Amino acid sequence: MSVIGRIALPAGASACPHCGAALAPGARFCCAGCETAHGLIAALHLDSFYGRRRVPQGALRPDAVPPVSLVAAAEPEGDRLWRLDLMVSGLHCGACVWLVEQALAADPEVLAARVALTSRRLSLRWRGDRARADDFAALLGRLGFRAVPFTPACLRAADDAETRSLTRALGIAAFGAMNVMLVSVAVWVGEDMGDQTRGMMHWLAALIGLPTIAVAGLPFYRSALAALHARRTNMDVAISLGVLATAAMSLSEALRNGPFTYFDGATTLLALLLAGRLLDRTARGRAGRAVAELLALQDGLVRRLAADGSATEVAVGAVRPGDRILLGAGERLRLDAVLEAAPGVFDLAATTGESLPRGIAPGTPVAAGAVNMAGPAVLRVSAAAADGSLAAIARLLEHAAQARGRFVTLADRAARLYVPAVLVVATATFLGWWLGGGLGWQAALVPAVCALIVTCPCGLAIAVPAVQVVTVGALFRRGVLVTSPTALERLAAVDHVVLDKTGTLTAGAPTLLPGGWTPEALRTAASLARGSRHPLARALAAACPDAPLRPDAREHPGLGMAAGDLRLGSARFCGQAEVGILPVLWLVAPGAVPVCFRFADALRPDAGAAVAALQALGLSVEILSGDTEGAVARAAAEVGIADWTAAATPAAKVARIAALRAAGRRPLMVGDGINDAGALALAEAAAAAPGAQDLAQGAADLVLRGEALMALPEAIQAARRAQRLAQQNIGFSLAYNLLAVPAAVAGLVTPLGAAAVMASSSLVVILNALRAERLPRRWTR
Amino acid sequence: MDSLIILVPVALVLGLLGLGGFLWALRSGQYDDLDGAAARILFDDPPQSPTKGPSP
Repeated sequence: MSVIGRIALPAGASACPHCGAALAPGARFCCAGCETAHGLIAALHLDSFYGRRRVPQGALRPDAVPPVSLVAAAEPEGDRLWRLDLMVSGLHCGACVWLVEQALAADPEVLAARVALTSRRLSLRWRGDRARADDFAALLGRLGFRAVPFTPACLRAADDAETRSLTRALGIAAFGAMNVMLVSVAVWVGEDMGDQTRGMMHWLAALIGLPTIAVAGLPFYRSALAALHARRTNMDVAISLGVLATAAMSLSEALRNGPFTYFDGATTLLALLLAGRLLDRTARGRAGRAVAELLALQDGLVRRLAADGSATEVAVGAVRPGDRILLGAGERLRLDAVLEAAPGVFDLAATTGESLPRGIAPGTPVAAGAVNMAGPAVLRVSAAAADGSLAAIARLLEHAAQARGRFVTLADRAARLYVPAVLVVATATFLGWWLGGGLGWQAALVPAVCALIVTCPCGLAIAVPAVQVVTVGALFRRGVLVTSPTALERLAAVDHVVLDKTGTLTAGAPTLLPGGWTPEALRTAASLARGSRHPLARALAAACPDAPLRPDAREHPGLGMAAGDLRLGSARFCGQAEVGILPVLWLVAPGAVPVCFRFADALRPDAGAAVAALQALGLSVEILSGDTEGAVARAAAEVGIADWTAAATPAAKVARIAALRAAGRRPLMVGDGINDAGALALAEAAAAAPGAQDLAQGAADLVLRGEALMALPEAIQAARRAQRLAQQNIGFSLAYNLLAVPAAVAGLVTPLGAAAVMASSSLVVILNALRAERLPRRWTR
Repeated sequence: MDSLIILVPVALVLGLLGLGGFLWALRSGQYDDLDGAAARILFDDPPQSPTKGPSP
């Protein structure tokens, strides 16, 4: 307990007992969600949760949990036996795992509840009704966790068959290396060893070494074969060549009972390289899972209306053209549809980039991605998910991703020069000793293969991945998810930044503007608004986080909230005159002057600083937005960007990026919406802004998590630093080779010497890579 | 040198036992959630349940 009981919150009455956030004077909890969660945990006698958690302050504050039915996701496993796999969002540490498992295990019908913290996967088995699935989800929701079905994308990210096969290979290689060493050390030091004993030792080493090399090297051989098949060379060709040649030469030495075999070198090399590769994969897998988690949270169900007007929740893929669907306030449209019956208000920011919601007349088509800003709307679906506008963009992105896959990395460029050069040196050494030096062909093989080992691809093969592992890990902790293996190298080469406005420079959600209201009025309004999921109500509640929820507040969908005579809502609902185009909420109370709250999509707090930091990095910055000229000009002036384009359609954005590339620039596109996805995919490097749409995230190399845009210049700096360190590492490996190769060619290298060279060069390269951990200090304004 | 005839096989068998144990642990999923396993070791109490008793 003493280790884990370290609580990251100040002891005292001024912190929320559940999440640890600072409290307003007199309040017991920071919000209704925390109060519910705390009460539930106490009722389950699980209070010791608070003693074992270790999370950042305020991190446990529950979000509003939209009701999604999970009954359909439960799979039958026998007589009244059900199994449900859920992705649980909001798991922070071991204490969350403990709480979820304990709370579910307290249910008498639950047979097993197990959470994997790495993949955020909850496996739940129970005996009883299928409908219990929703009870469990509701329990998780009250605890402050959000559960969604484990989607195929999540499954792909969590399914680490390759990680497992790499781990297996590493275990085998490590076992082989250690046991061969047992024999090899005896040969190295046993100068008085008899010929027969030495021969036995050689065969013993071959007995352990050959199967190890055959099995543990498979990941490299496969990749090398694939590269050779495509008439390319990569680092794996060099590695396979080195390992297999060493094995062959050692076998020939064992056959003629030569002084040394080199099985130890080959197996250790494999173990080292596999360890590096496993670390690389783990770091990237972590980012991949985090992205899959973000995407799964966006994956929703659609409410389909039957002929009699009843609504059932179905998966997006099951909806056919012509079906009628119901879209609640604040919900995102997932299919192309035509608005029916009443006029509506939709936020089209994701599809066009317009920051202000637009009134839509009945009969008008609405593209997938729009958010319903008014009351529940009924729409008629015009295209199934597989034929709609989102699917068309997704197909476009696949093409672009293939083009990006052809990027040649620094390591591969080095390998292209390295493999032929080493082959030439080894062949020349062999021929020189055999024909010129008068050695037998078997003896001549030794210095030739020694040259292969000491130029060992080890330093070179670890040089780049080590830097990448450290950098990707450091960025992950800063909330930047690196999803593509070549992303850092492309990011380092960027010379121009294209920013979207809505949702990228701005927060993409309305925030309260300063106005003539009093703090008391704001508090009253916020406590009413806390009960609603409408975007404006959320903005109001966020502006006054310590306002308690009014239990008597009732929501009038599409109109506002009411509690007795107190009303908060649209001008129509509150009996006021419509004002301007900015979205507003009115608060009317009997005997008081009506109060008007105005909202706008404000710039992110650090947008100006982030743009300044990008410019300080020597990058030219421009804004490419689908919003109106006035809004874009205002934002551009505020953050200090001279170069901006307004009213850009998705096609215009793609054209702009294409033009930049044709002019030889290397643009970095930063966007968040569906309208940016094409431009993101085409750019040299792409980043998805915090809170981006799933398609934009899929098209990007970097996904920014959290709220700060400042992470972007930091990521560019980190990428440049990583590139510099990788170049240093490659340079160092080459310098090392220049010293070691002549010694090997001259036949002066023993297995002990080769091992020392190999280990020391790898060590230096790894130590140098660790410097990437020290990311640049946070920029200050 | 006679000792080698016993010691080397013993060393190899012990090593193989370790390798077998590793492969078994890998197959039974013990490497799937390393973050969770690190925290799990500190959970001292068995899952409580009002109706089922201390352990399910």
